[in-house]
Amino acid sequence: MTAELVRGQNHPLSGTRLEIRVSAGGPVVAGATLGGEDGKVAGADRVAHPASHRLPGLEVSRQAAADHRLAVDLEALPEDVHRVHVLLALPAGAGGPTSFGVLAAPFVAVTELDGAEIATFTITDLGVESAVVALELYRRQGAWKVRAVGQGYAGGLAAMLQDQGLEQAFETAAAINEAVTRGMARAVAPPPPRPVADPAPQAPAPQAPAAGGGPVNYHHPRRATATPPAPAPAAPPAEPGQPPRPVAGDANGWTMNERLYNQVWGMFEDLARSTAAYRSAVDFAESRLEQELDKVLSDPATRVGPAADAARAEARARQASLVEQARAVLDRDLAQLVAEAEVVEHALPPAFARWDSPVWQGYQVPLETPMALRLGELHLPERTDLRIPMLVRLPLERGLWIDSGRPSGLQAAIVDSSELRRLAMETAVAHAARLLAVHPVGDYTVHVIDPAGAAGGALAPLLQSGALKEPPAAGAQGVSALLDRLTRRVDLVQMAVRSGASDSLPPDVDTAEQLLIVNDFPHGFDDRAVNQLRYIADEGPSVGVHLMMVADREDARGYGPVLDPLWRALLRITPVPDDHLADPWVGHTWTYEPSLVPVGSDVLGQVLRRVGQARQAYGI
Amino acid sequence: MTVNLSKGQGISLQKADGGTLTAVRMGLGWQAAPRRGLFGSRTREIDLDASAVLFAGGQPVDVVFFRHLVSDDGSVRHTGDNLVGGAGTGGDDEAILVDLQRVPVHIDQIVFTVNSFTGQTFSEVQNAFCRLVDETNGQELARYTLDGGGAYTAQIMAKVHRSGNGWAMTAIGTPANGKTFQDLMPAILPSL
Repeated sequence: MTAELVRGQNHPLSGTRLEIRVSAGGPVVAGATLGGEDGKVAGADRVAHPASHRLPGLEVSRQAAADHRLAVDLEALPEDVHRVHVLLALPAGAGGPTSFGVLAAPFVAVTELDGAEIATFTITDLGVESAVVALELYRRQGAWKVRAVGQGYAGGLAAMLQDQGLEQAFETAAAINEAVTRGMARAVAPPPPRPVADPAPQAPAPQAPAAGGGPVNYHHPRRATATPPAPAPAAPPAEPGQPPRPVAGDANGWTMNERLYNQVWGMFEDLARSTAAYRSAVDFAESRLEQELDKVLSDPATRVGPAADAARAEARARQASLVEQARAVLDRDLAQLVAEAEVVEHALPPAFARWDSPVWQGYQVPLETPMALRLGELHLPERTDLRIPMLVRLPLERGLWIDSGRPSGLQAAIVDSSELRRLAMETAVAHAARLLAVHPVGDYTVHVIDPAGAAGGALAPLLQSGALKEPPAAGAQGVSALLDRLTRRVDLVQMAVRSGASDSLPPDVDTAEQLLIVNDFPHGFDDRAVNQLRYIADEGPSVGVHLMMVADREDARGYGPVLDPLWRALLRITPVPDDHLADPWVGHTWTYEPSLVPVGSDVLGQVLRRVGQARQAYGI
Repeated sequence: MTVNLSKGQGISLQKADGGTLTAVRMGLGWQAAPRRGLFGSRTREIDLDASAVLFAGGQPVDVVFFRHLVSDDGSVRHTGDNLVGGAGTGGDDEAILVDLQRVPVHIDQIVFTVNSFTGQTFSEVQNAFCRLVDETNGQELARYTLDGGGAYTAQIMAKVHRSGNGWAMTAIGTPANGKTFQDLMPAILPSL
């Protein structure tokens, strides 16, 4: 807990290794003096300042800055030191302000090494002073305490040091000022002021350049300083007795998209766990009922007759009432999640949104790669209308396998085999189009292997819009040429990354991320091509080559078990709803439904045309 | 105000203002074994583990411990295994958080246990304690001091059980021996 001190107030210190953070409205010099029992500073060697920044148990920074961190180790201080004064002064002769009155009130905080604040003090009411004693750390009966002082000196450092009984006050003050002036000449320009709306004015700004005062600035020249993210939108206060109204983006994250991603995963986990609670309660109720019925049966004296009937009825009632209670709790949770899903779904950006979302109508080619991609949605049988978006992180760590084989459950009877293959390819095109659309222009290249030309119709949107660089590879030759190229790219980029020579790649190597769609596997593949495909599946994702297989595992039966690792390495998704995915927490079986373009909608064509136009405009 | 519970003593978790507890934390803290200097890796670390076993009608249905950090329903969470202990100054080194409102309806008792995974008995451990804290306001509800507790490697600490519409807590404080909670099952069952 932080103590906010006022002038003169003191506060005990538990630890002995501390950090003192200073933030001021402009560059200030931070220093410290070590005083004896009588409060006097014995000599110039008892003053820590930019020219002599390190004393036993004490370190200050070597130049003037708006933010400082002073390190203090109270145990390492000399025995005869009883007081440590932390002082701030305005740099003299630097053309800056000459009194604290024109600056924002300086703020000092005593923190533990992990950053936890022990005490803070805002030094208000300063006027013409150009030096101020901010804090005093002092020994009292063997324990250290901190006192908020806030004593200003219009006469500057020299007056302050003189007041502390230092004989060489003027010489020391001059030495400090000279060191600071030298340091200022060396220092880089301060970072641009942070926006006024900064929600955390007390958060320490990034450290002043190089604690050693060297000429090197380790900050990225154009990157904004790491401002904390805007606070998550707060939920409006709930009606008494009602759950709080859901808000989109009500999760942690540095950007709105990250928050939404975390929120969706939070809803996924909540639904999994609430359902687990419900299912385990129902299972328990069932097993208890069975036990109780067995007990009635096993006792010959009570097996028949009204007593047995009553016992059975009671057991059933107990089971029903527990199930009812569990259902009530589940319904409460589900209602809350449904309301949240409703709000969140409408707030999702294109990469996370359904194809029928309005954000796709207003689609613009993005400038940044999103953090994740929607592959579809997931639901559980307890509440089939509560759909959780299935978001996977980008870049894809695993390839995708769109299974064109017979689905295991639900719709097995409805769809025939050729229809399934067509649907699978359409699903693949929808996923590929989404991947193309959410990446900046030229950052994503799609290749297609379609040995027999079977997917012509489904690929039309990609081909017509100019989103594909080249026509699908057909025939055994086309397959092996494309695989050769991608294999070479994986190999070269890996080598370049390993040797740290990414700028010496041959000019014909496309550094954009690559997606390879393989239709009709293993048609048109010889053993060499199969091996190359496995190489790409294993090694590709780490260097930006991703695989999307559209295949029926049955077709590759001839290879026997040797391809099993390939299938396992891919994330299996289906073109029709299918219950084959498990959540990572409790392992429920979830029904997956792909994100498909609504029938009759041209949104996919519109989006791809936008991408094609942007590519032309960029000359790609 | 802290209640130093004695064995078998029960307290209701109804709050003074009539509200009931919604979230409790079981905290466990102990002091790390002293370093032995040069051959630091041969210091005998002390690893105590906190566990919570969820019972429905006398049957264990779920357990939260260092290998299963969250109960399947999400209501009981372990903050993570600490293998060496802490400063021994009263901070929790391991904690289990229970969201009582979200505990599934069939769970009627939650038993908290402490084990010495590395086998030191409580008489060899310095500054060890476990406590129950009202998570909503940080108030300590109960505290046990474990060190000096004799030649035992485990303790069944307390149970939180349903009572009326709310929850109540009963201190158990039974010493036992075992490396993980599984070894304690025979000792737990009588106290249900």
